[in-house]
Amino acid sequence: MIKPPVLILGARSDIGKAVAHKFASLGHPVQLAARNASTLEADKTDMELRHGVSVTLHEFEALATETHDAFVAALPQLPEVAVCVVGLMGQQAENERDIQAACRVMRSNYEGPASILAVLANSFEARGSGTLVGISSVAGDRGRATNYVYGSAKAGFTAFLSGLRNRLAKRGVHVLTVLPGFVSTQMTEGMDLPAKLTAEPGEVADAIARAVAGRKDVVYFRPIWRLIMLIIRNIPERVFKRLKI
Amino acid sequence: MKLSGWGRYPVLEARTHRPRSVDALRNLVLSEPNLIARGNGRAYGDSAINTSATIETRHINRMIAFDPASGQLVAEAGVLLGDIIAAFLPRGWFPMVTPGTKFVTLGGAIAADVHGKNHHKDGSFRSCVDWIDVMGPDGGIRRCSPQDDAAMFDHTLGGMGLTGVILRAAIRLRSVETAWIRQTTILAPNLKAAMAAFEATQDATYSVAWIDCLGTRGNLGRCLVMLGEHATHRDLPTGKAQAPFQTKTKRKLSVPIDFPAFALNSLTVRAFNALYYWAGARKTAEHLVDWDSYFYPLDAILGWNRIYGRKGFVQFQCALPLDQSEAGLTALLAEIAKAGSGSFLAVLKRFGKQDSAFSFPMDGYTLALDFTVTRKTLALLEQLDQITIEHGGRFYLAKDSRMRAETLRASDTRAADFRAHRDSHGYTSRFRSAQSERLAL
Ligand SMILES: Cc1cc2nc3c(=O)[nH]c(=O)nc-3n(C[C@H](O)[C@H](O)[C@H](O)COP(=O)(O)OP(=O)(O)OC[C@H]3O[C@@H](n4cnc5c(N)ncnc54)[C@H](O)[C@@H]3O)c2cc1C
Ligand SMILES: NC(=O)c1ccc[n+]([C@@H]2O[C@H](COP(=O)([O-])OP(=O)(O)OC[C@H]3O[C@@H](n4cnc5c(N)ncnc54)[C@H](OP(=O)(O)O)[C@@H]3O)[C@@H](O)[C@H]2O)c1
Repeated sequence: MIKPPVLILGARSDIGKAVAHKFASLGHPVQLAARNASTLEADKTDMELRHGVSVTLHEFEALATETHDAFVAALPQLPEVAVCVVGLMGQQAENERDIQAACRVMRSNYEGPASILAVLANSFEARGSGTLVGISSVAGDRGRATNYVYGSAKAGFTAFLSGLRNRLAKRGVHVLTVLPGFVSTQMTEGMDLPAKLTAEPGEVADAIARAVAGRKDVVYFRPIWRLIMLIIRNIPERVFKRLKI
Repeated sequence: MKLSGWGRYPVLEARTHRPRSVDALRNLVLSEPNLIARGNGRAYGDSAINTSATIETRHINRMIAFDPASGQLVAEAGVLLGDIIAAFLPRGWFPMVTPGTKFVTLGGAIAADVHGKNHHKDGSFRSCVDWIDVMGPDGGIRRCSPQDDAAMFDHTLGGMGLTGVILRAAIRLRSVETAWIRQTTILAPNLKAAMAAFEATQDATYSVAWIDCLGTRGNLGRCLVMLGEHATHRDLPTGKAQAPFQTKTKRKLSVPIDFPAFALNSLTVRAFNALYYWAGARKTAEHLVDWDSYFYPLDAILGWNRIYGRKGFVQFQCALPLDQSEAGLTALLAEIAKAGSGSFLAVLKRFGKQDSAFSFPMDGYTLALDFTVTRKTLALLEQLDQITIEHGGRFYLAKDSRMRAETLRASDTRAADFRAHRDSHGYTSRFRSAQSERLAL
């Protein structure tokens, strides 16, 4: 029996690749969508060899929201699961100086991902099934001086996913919000992250596959981050504004 | 960041890089004054550490092609043996040669020219390698094989990353009918009996002995010699035969914290040894064991290196020539038993013939033991080094973390040739590890 396809948006990221491998290892064909998708040829061959599934490549630009309808229409098959991994951290200092850079971070973490998931949501709703996965971030749980541009866009995306879930809950479409803490990827390379709080992309991918199968709503990874963010969210603003975290 | 090998000794502060493409890797090779490649860090000591630039290869890990007619797999160096098994065992293929852990990269297996339980029959990892691509100090890539550019091939297999960065390899897999091994155990009451058992079972595909290294006098060298064959389809009972590649996946246990150092004193080791010996003694008849338990019993306990406590541990592994093996092993085991520093894992194995410029194995026997790092065990290891040298033996660099340069030179005349080869090709100043510096390689 052929399993239904899984679409990965932002497939060149470490987390995206790990998620693609995970679903491929479970026997799902995968659709890898990214900018410069042809650079994923070697990964396509690798995934096909390892997992014996078919892998297709699709050119995708998250910020070109006007292309998103056509992008979805052109997919060889409407996926059963779509995972949006697109994101851009940027440099907080640069975002403070250069408003264009800041807007790019805002759009890459909120507007682009929300737009493509909105298009997919309508198709999934019409079909009456499917899972939409959005990778947001714990950074969206509270704005902090060190990365609030990125964090605020993620907060928007988290709220968008929550609303989407609320809208689609009765329409057979499952929406999963993934809130990673630290993950050891290209995005965080060179940062000195605490080992116990830092996950490998493969662990995140395993957690996502489990949460998709279990139709979970919101997943923090590692799970300890749920507690950490609960505490951080509950610090009174009066105190919080003076903290360096 | 702090970096160490599997033994967690020594721990060094090192700068690491994780290139994700060959181009990114080339930029590092061209810009870093000197560097060493690192695979999955399963070498015990400091072979895969360069304090100024350690290049992690685990993101360069794609499989490139597979030919089901010949069983040849082409893959990038960062692919793990475990990935190869996961992908190809269900299709009837298994690595031709595998070390005692599946968490090694292809690059690490090639650089250390690793051996498995079938060395006496099939040789080291080298024997399944058709060709390799190696990046030299100028960023250029050379494809070499036993036929083409043979000197490069020879020095890279077993060259511990000191001839360049291995990028890709073509290896041949073994075709298997099932994922099961038929295991038989021979009880050997002492070393002589163990060696006789090895000599009498040269036809067995796999053989290895677990050795009770605290046995003294009549019990010196008491062993369980374990033999294995790939089970064929016909060897399986009907239940298993229906899905010959399916074995239960075991839950992984992990060791979350460091054991206190006293946990492994010689008493616990003695108790462990006795239990293991008698458990083994009850199950000597042939029985089926799944591939994972047979080849990788330790992999089931993730992070088992922590049971040795915070100070870490060292492994001693030597190879002795056949004609000196009995005398050498007797002397080594007597010295270890006298010191009473129990080893949790002690393994004895018959090696077959070996070629290549600097690979570890030699026709004879190999003994491997683990020790917690203490002043006492470090002193004992110096003694073991001397005994090995007196018997014409040599040491496995993938396990070494403390040997002296003079010891290496005295044990292995090839070390000087290897160094000369490095000098003449401009590798010495560019590809360096903490180990190569310690050993003046
Ligand atoms: C539990 C356990 C059991 C083991 N059993 C055995 C055994 O039975 N037989 C055996 O032979 N060994 C055994 N080993 C040792 C292990 O197989 C070797 O140390 C192997 O080299 C580890 O591979 P790695 O990918 O982790 O490499 P690392 O430990 O990261 O590196 C090892 C060496 O390979 C070099 N290297 C790695 N990748 C590259 C590359 N791409 N290009 C150039 N050089 C590279 C490094 O510079 C270093 O010198 C065992 C180790 C453990 C922990
Ligand atoms: N790493 C962490 O610690 C961490 C923590 C929490 C959340 N996250 C989130 O996890 C996701 C994956 O991150 P990562 O760590 O794997 O980092 P990453 O490699 O930087 O991944 C981000 C991906 O988004 C893609 N992308 C950015 N803008 C795009 C656009 N306009 N159109 C199409 N694709 C675009 C990038 O594509 P290109 O390859 O083309 O640049 C890249 O593949 C991100 O959403 C990130 O915010 C990461």
